[in-house]
Amino acid sequence: MYAFDIERPSSIKDAVAALQSEGAQALGGGQTLIPTLKARLAAPEVLISLTGISEMQGVCLSDEGALCIGAGTTHATVAREAAVHFPGLAALASHIGDPAVRNRGTIGGSLANNDPAACYPAAALGTGATIITDKRKIAADDYFQGMFTTALDEGEIITEVRFPIPEKSHYMKFVQPASRFALVGVFVAKYADGVRVAVTGASEEGVFRWHDAETALADDFNARSLDGLSVAADGMIGDLHGSPEYRAHLVKVMTGRAVTAA
Amino acid sequence: MPKDHGIGASDKRREDVRFLTGAGHYTDDIKTYGATVAVFCRSTVAHGIIKSIDTSEAEGMPGVLAIFTGADFADVGGNPAGWLINSRNGEPMKEPKRPVLAHGKVRHVGDAYAAVIAETELQARNAAEAIVAEIEELPAIVDMAAALAGDTFVHDEIGTNQCFDWGWIEDNRAATDAAIKAAPHVTTLELVNNRLVPNAMEPRCSIGNYDAGNDSYVLQTTSQNPHLTRLLISAFVMGIPENKLTVIAPDVGGGFGSKIYHYGEEALVLAAARKIGRPVKWTADRTEAFLTDAHGRDHVTKIELACEKDGTFIAFRTETMANVGAYLSNFSTATPTFLHGTLMAGNYTVPNVYVNVKAVFTNTAPVDAYRGAGRPEATYSIERVIDKAARELGIDPIAIRRKNFVKPDQYPFTSAAGLEYDSGNYDALMDRLEKHIDREGFAARRKESEAKGMLRGLGLNAYIEACGIAPSNLVGVLGSRVGLYDAATVRVNATGNLSVMVGAHSHGQGHETVFPQIVGEMLGIDPASVEIVHGDTSKIPFGMGTYGSRSLAVCGSAMVRATEKIIAKAKKIAAHMLEASADDVDFKDGQFTIKGTDKSVSFGEVALKAYIPHNFPLEDIEPGLEETAFYDPANFTYPSGAYACEVEVDPDTGKVRVDRFIAVDDFGNIMNPMIVTGQVHGGLGQGIGQALLEGARYDDDGQLLSASYMDYTMPRADDLPFYTVDHANGTPCTHNPLGVKGCGEAGAIGSPPTIVNAVVDALQSAGKNFTHIDMPLTPLRVWESMQTA
Repeated sequence: MYAFDIERPSSIKDAVAALQSEGAQALGGGQTLIPTLKARLAAPEVLISLTGISEMQGVCLSDEGALCIGAGTTHATVAREAAVHFPGLAALASHIGDPAVRNRGTIGGSLANNDPAACYPAAALGTGATIITDKRKIAADDYFQGMFTTALDEGEIITEVRFPIPEKSHYMKFVQPASRFALVGVFVAKYADGVRVAVTGASEEGVFRWHDAETALADDFNARSLDGLSVAADGMIGDLHGSPEYRAHLVKVMTGRAVTAA
Repeated sequence: MPKDHGIGASDKRREDVRFLTGAGHYTDDIKTYGATVAVFCRSTVAHGIIKSIDTSEAEGMPGVLAIFTGADFADVGGNPAGWLINSRNGEPMKEPKRPVLAHGKVRHVGDAYAAVIAETELQARNAAEAIVAEIEELPAIVDMAAALAGDTFVHDEIGTNQCFDWGWIEDNRAATDAAIKAAPHVTTLELVNNRLVPNAMEPRCSIGNYDAGNDSYVLQTTSQNPHLTRLLISAFVMGIPENKLTVIAPDVGGGFGSKIYHYGEEALVLAAARKIGRPVKWTADRTEAFLTDAHGRDHVTKIELACEKDGTFIAFRTETMANVGAYLSNFSTATPTFLHGTLMAGNYTVPNVYVNVKAVFTNTAPVDAYRGAGRPEATYSIERVIDKAARELGIDPIAIRRKNFVKPDQYPFTSAAGLEYDSGNYDALMDRLEKHIDREGFAARRKESEAKGMLRGLGLNAYIEACGIAPSNLVGVLGSRVGLYDAATVRVNATGNLSVMVGAHSHGQGHETVFPQIVGEMLGIDPASVEIVHGDTSKIPFGMGTYGSRSLAVCGSAMVRATEKIIAKAKKIAAHMLEASADDVDFKDGQFTIKGTDKSVSFGEVALKAYIPHNFPLEDIEPGLEETAFYDPANFTYPSGAYACEVEVDPDTGKVRVDRFIAVDDFGNIMNPMIVTGQVHGGLGQGIGQALLEGARYDDDGQLLSASYMDYTMPRADDLPFYTVDHANGTPCTHNPLGVKGCGEAGAIGSPPTIVNAVVDALQSAGKNFTHIDMPLTPLRVWESMQTA
C-alpha cells in the first residue's frame, strides 16, 4: 500500500462533498479496492468510506412493491433480509465470495465496480432494477456499459438499488474454480409481462441480456424452450478457465438450469 | 486393539494447542529491537540483460539504510545443487551459478536484482520503486522442447539449455529396447505432470542478525532443515564459519518441500545485517511466494508399457523432460532422477525398465522437490499407462496389477529399476481395498448417476514409493553431495524429565507428540515429561531436517538409539545404587530391578543420582545422563498402497466431483494412528488438488498467469470427499528399529492417477473414445476433451 488518508462521512451530502477533493476515491466494503491498494495498483490520496452512512443501509419494500436496498448494505444483510420477499436475490447474495467477503462487501460497491464476473450485475440487469445515485435514477439497461464501466459520473455515488420483485427467479452460477467468481452466471426472472435473462462472467462487454432466451421463455418458461437456441462464442471471454466456446456453451446450460430451479 | 497410551496410541497433538490458540511462534512474529526491513526489486520480465541499475534516487529517500545489487555479491559463492547427476555420456551436469542477487541477467519473472533495507516496510517499498533498472528483454524460453532445440540460452556460459541427459539404468537400455520391439503388445501414453506452486500457508520469512562483538550471525528463517541451510550458507554461499552462524527455524507454517532449500533472501538479510549493524527482516508477500518459491513437478513424459497378451509386463520405457526452471535449486537434480527413475518398476516384477530424463533450464521459477518429489511423477506415469493397457487388452484393472505384483515371498526384492524393496504385501493391500470399495455395487451407483445425467467412473491404483531418505552410502553413489543420516540427543534432566534434541524439524508433522510417545514407552515414563527441542542449530545435534517422509524412519531411529544408550547407562547407575552388577539389572516400566531380588530403583531416582553423583564410581561412570546417536539407515523405506475412488462427471459442464476415495496404505508399524491418518488426508488433498485443480501456467513470454489465488486453484474442503483411510495392516520395515515407513507423502503420490483413471472410466462409459486428459482436470479441459473425443 501507499500512504493515504481516510474520511468517514455520515451523510450522502458530506460524502459527495468529500469526493470532490483531488485524489479522492470512494470506498465501499473494500473487497476490490483494498486488495488493489495492497498490490500498489492504486494510489488514492484520500479514501471516502461510505460504510458509516446510515441512510445508505438496509432493505425494505417500497409502496410500489419493489425491494429497495441501501447501497451500503452488505451481501450478508441482503441474503438475510431479502429472503422473504425476493428469495432469488437473497440466494445470489448468499453465494458471493465467502463469509468474510459477504460481511464487508456491499451491493453498491459491487455495482459501481461492475466487475465482469460479479454476481450482482446479473440480478440488477436481470430484473430491470433502478440504480439510484446522489443525483439521479438510472435504469439497469442504461447503467452497465461494459467491463468495469458504468453510467456513473466521476464522484457520483450509488445510494440505493430498487428491484422489481419477479414472480419467479433464480441465479445459477458456474464458478471459476480458483476465484469462485462467476465463470458464467445467469439470472433468470419471470414477470407477469415477460422474462429477463442476464448473463455475467461470460462476455468481454460485461453483463448482458440474452434476448433470444427471454423471448423463448416468455412463451413457455421451461428449459426446453432453449433447445433450439445457441449463444455465439464471439465476444466471449477466453482465459485459463474458459474458452469463448466453453463460456458460450455454459450460458445455455446455466440458463436452462436457472429456469428449472426458479 | 488400539492402545490408549505409548507407541500406537492416538495421542492428541500437543502442539495443536498453541497453533489453534494463536500462540505459535513463527518467524514473522519475531520482533527484535532495532529491526529493519528488506524489500526486493524483482524482474517483471522472464529473460533480460541488466544494462544498468540506478539506485541514486532511492539512496536518498527517507529511511533508506542500504541498497544491494548483484554486483555486491559477484565475488561470493553461489547456491549449489545438492546432487551431481552425470549424463549418459559420462559428462557431469551443467551447473550455472545461482547468485544471491541476479547479476548480468535476469532469468525469470520474480528474479531479484536489487534489495533495499529501510527503517519501515513502506519506506523500503517506496525506495525499491525508485530504483531504475534498464533491462533489455530477451526472448523467453518457456517450452522445454523449444528450449532444447533453440539457440537462446538461459545461461549463456553453458551454451545449452540441457542440464543433463540421464539414463537409468543405462546398461538396461538395449535389453529394454529389444524387449519392447519384440513384445506382442505395447501401450504408449504421452502425459504431462503439471507444475505446482507449493503454497505454504506461511510465506517465507528470514531475519538476519549480526553481533559485531562476537563477529557472529543468527539467521531466523522458515526452514525445514536449519542445519542444511547453515551448511550451504557457510560452505558455499557466504563463507561464514559454521561456528559463527546459528540458524533457527521456529514454528513453520507448512513447507511441502519448498522450505527445504536455501534461498538468496537468507544470504541477503545476513549480509545486510552485517553491513548496517541491525537486524534485517524480509517477509515474502503472496505474490513473491508464487513467483519465487521452488515449484514442483513439471514433467513431460512419454511412457511405453510392453506386455504379453495376458497382461504380463515385459518392459517399461520412459522418456521425460523435466523442467528445472531458471536455476538449480538444491534438490532439483535429484527429484527427476533418483527419486523418480528408480521407482519406475512400480510394484511390479517387470524385468526391463529404462528411463531417460533430460533436465531443461527455462525462464521460469526453479522447480524442486514438492510433497512426493519424483515419486508422484513415477507413479502417475506407470499407473496411467497400466490403466490404458488394461483397457486395450480387455483385462480388469485390478487383475492386471495383481498379475504383476511382487509377491510376499519375494522380499527382499530387487526391482528392475535397481532398488531393493525390503517388505510389502501388495495383494493384501488390494484385498483390503476390494473390501472397502463395494465393487459389486458400482454398476448400480453408475446407473443412479446416469439417471441424474451424470457419468460415474471408478479409478484404481497401486503405488510404491521410496522414502525415509536415505542411506548415505547409497545416495552418495547416486550423486548426493551430503549425507542423509539424522541425529538425536536425549537429555535426562536431574528431576527426571527429558529434553530430546532432534535434527528433524516439525512443521505440522506432529513430532512433538509422537516422539515423546516413543521415548516415554521405552523409558516407562509419562510422554508428557518429554519435551522435543528442534529447529535451532545452537541447541540440536547436526541433523538433516524434515523432507522425504524421513523424520520418524531416520530421526526417530536416531532417537531410539540414543534412548537405548540412556537405558544402558542408567542400568550401570542403577547397578551401582543397588550394589549389583549391571548385567543383573532389568529395566521395565520405568523400574530397574535386580534379577532374583526385590531390590529396585526408579528411573527418576537414577536420573537424580546421575546429576548428584555423591558416592559415584567416577572411574567407571561419568556423571550426567545424556546421550546422542546418529542414525544412517541401511535402505530407503518402501511404503505402498492400493487406492480407489469414484467420481461423477457432469457432461454438460465438465465438472468432476470426487464422490468417494479409499486409501489403503502399508506404512509398517504405526506410532500414532490419528496422526498417520491426518498425514494421509493432507497428502490426498494435495494429490486431488494436483489432479483436478492446481496448475502453474506460464505464457509464452514467461509471465506466470496463475500468480494469485484468483487464478491458481487450491483445493478447498468442498472439493474433497470424506476419505476412507486404512493403514492397519502394514508390513514392518525390516531395517529400522521401529519397523516404520514414511507416511507424509504417500497420499500425494497415490491419488493423482487414481483420480485420472476414474475420470477416464467415467467418460468411456459415455461411449467416448477417450484415453487420456492432462492434469489438472478442470471443467474446461474435461469439456473440451469430450467435444473432441
